[in-house]
Amino acid sequence: MEPIKVLTANMDKPNSMSIDSYLESGGYEALKASLKMKPEEVVEVVKSSDMRGRGGAGFPTGMKWSFVPKNATKPIYLLCNADESEPGTFKDRLIMEKDPHLLIEGMVISGYAIKSSPMSYIYIRGEFFYAATVLEKALQEARDKGFLGKNILGSGFDFDITVHRGAGAYICGEETGLIESLEGHRGQPRVKPPFPAVVGVFGGPTVVNNVETLACVPLIISKGADWFKSLGIPKNTGPKLYCVSGQVKKPGVYEFPMGVNLKELIYQHCGGMLDGRKLKAVIPGGASAPMLLPDEIDIPLTFDALMKAGSMLGSAGIIVIDDSACIVDSVWRLAKFFAHESCGQCTPCREGTNWMESLLDRMERGGGRQEDADLLLDMADNIGGKSLCALGDAAIGPVISSVKKFRDEYVYHVTHKSCLPGTRRYRRLDAPVGAH
Amino acid sequence: MADLRPENPYVEERKADPSRKVVFPPDAQKRFDELLPRYPTKEAVLLPALHLAQEVWGWISPEVMVYVAKLLDLAPATVFGVVSFYNMYNQKPVGKYHVQVCTNLSCMLANAYDIHDHLCEKLGIDPGQTTPDGRFTVVEVECLGSCGTAPVVQINNDYHEQMSVQKMDQLLPRLK
Repeated sequence: MEPIKVLTANMDKPNSMSIDSYLESGGYEALKASLKMKPEEVVEVVKSSDMRGRGGAGFPTGMKWSFVPKNATKPIYLLCNADESEPGTFKDRLIMEKDPHLLIEGMVISGYAIKSSPMSYIYIRGEFFYAATVLEKALQEARDKGFLGKNILGSGFDFDITVHRGAGAYICGEETGLIESLEGHRGQPRVKPPFPAVVGVFGGPTVVNNVETLACVPLIISKGADWFKSLGIPKNTGPKLYCVSGQVKKPGVYEFPMGVNLKELIYQHCGGMLDGRKLKAVIPGGASAPMLLPDEIDIPLTFDALMKAGSMLGSAGIIVIDDSACIVDSVWRLAKFFAHESCGQCTPCREGTNWMESLLDRMERGGGRQEDADLLLDMADNIGGKSLCALGDAAIGPVISSVKKFRDEYVYHVTHKSCLPGTRRYRRLDAPVGAH
Repeated sequence: MADLRPENPYVEERKADPSRKVVFPPDAQKRFDELLPRYPTKEAVLLPALHLAQEVWGWISPEVMVYVAKLLDLAPATVFGVVSFYNMYNQKPVGKYHVQVCTNLSCMLANAYDIHDHLCEKLGIDPGQTTPDGRFTVVEVECLGSCGTAPVVQINNDYHEQMSVQKMDQLLPRLK
């Protein structure tokens, strides 16, 4: 499969973030077309494109929009989830830094479709300071040209966007955590139901969409739902940005029709493994996704195919691990991440993630016990499905899959109190313990 | 109850000192006033207001928490709850250059820990500490969303991508 340039079409231009460059390539035409349609018709077009949300869960976008009550008495809100913090994912940042107007146009169209109140927000992670600056500038350009603000292009539709910076919390990428955070609270997820589409931010019905999802909307409107469906395979449609990182020759963001083969992506497009190294494991969908072995990667990267293979596409953050890495060390690093990012609300996740980290650390330090691999599975069993949001389930993904697929290596660690020969630990155990 | 966390910045200074007055300078006050109409509730302004306060004072001191709480009609405890939840609000002063080394998986596999440990050794500080001259604070952080150009080091607001120990050594003298 050959790479395509649809979402990334404008990004090679020298001044791709400016409105002039965007208008030159036909920007904001989709908005003009949408404003001539009824909001319900826009929803129908997006629905018939079969687009699934690009944030991780893969929920059909049009269906999400249609859950907003028809006769809502409170203002409806559109939120853009730009909290991109899933380890291995860096596609949304690319869109925001290189083509911010694509996102803005997508938001205005989506806001029109769901009959949003004039206030909407891009919740961007606090670390993306540069992207936030680019967005602020682009928003002002759009306001100056009448694409944002009161009575957009004479349609009577009022809509504006505020960039809201987060402050460093992975959990705010979870939609109800994001809503809590936007309201000025700690980003602790809410009990569902009620779902955000019914009661979300500031008590109003709320639609939360990922950056890449919203960026696809203008393309669907201007090129049509059938064109969108012609990319990819049924039920897994449209262009998709794949983020490849880890130990390959050419890491980066690659755009393909949904469903490029993972093996082909790694070996042909990313140049294969670093010299003299062999593939050991692939995490196909961000840190939360269970690992795949080298013999499992001949698979199309779609939501459905990966789910069938026992993993998930998630945010399409592909992390490639080669045979020089110690698997216990790698999994420890992910466990440390989840332990740090657990919001502390639900006991199984708060305590369990820390236990898993401690246990893996103990194993790394030569204090592992024979029963530890099974103990990890037991802990995972006591975390999964037992907390309000998906963080607990995410945390056990890499742990369970690695224990099942690399049990020999775990056993070796316990028996020999060291990493498997030929593999290495990437941190020094004698380094001072971080205050972080 | 004894506080078991040695790094807790509030062990000595748990309460705000009313004699230390904090007030936004006029330009910050103007930016704060512009934030208010963008949100339907005052409380929602808390995160942006804290970002603004950190820009002004470099960290969120107990006095700043009380001040921001008053501005937004919140309890200081609510503000403390939020400040302590989020990573980016500094609960103690940091150096002029806040060096944040991402060590999450993709960066770790690109030797991010070598950069982190090298920095600490070269500057003679433990992780999380600030050099005596107040120039550098080195911390290990979670994924910064720049895995394709790993390893990444964030210094204040700027990303430095595809870093290495050598590149770090070249960069340090330029951070005066």
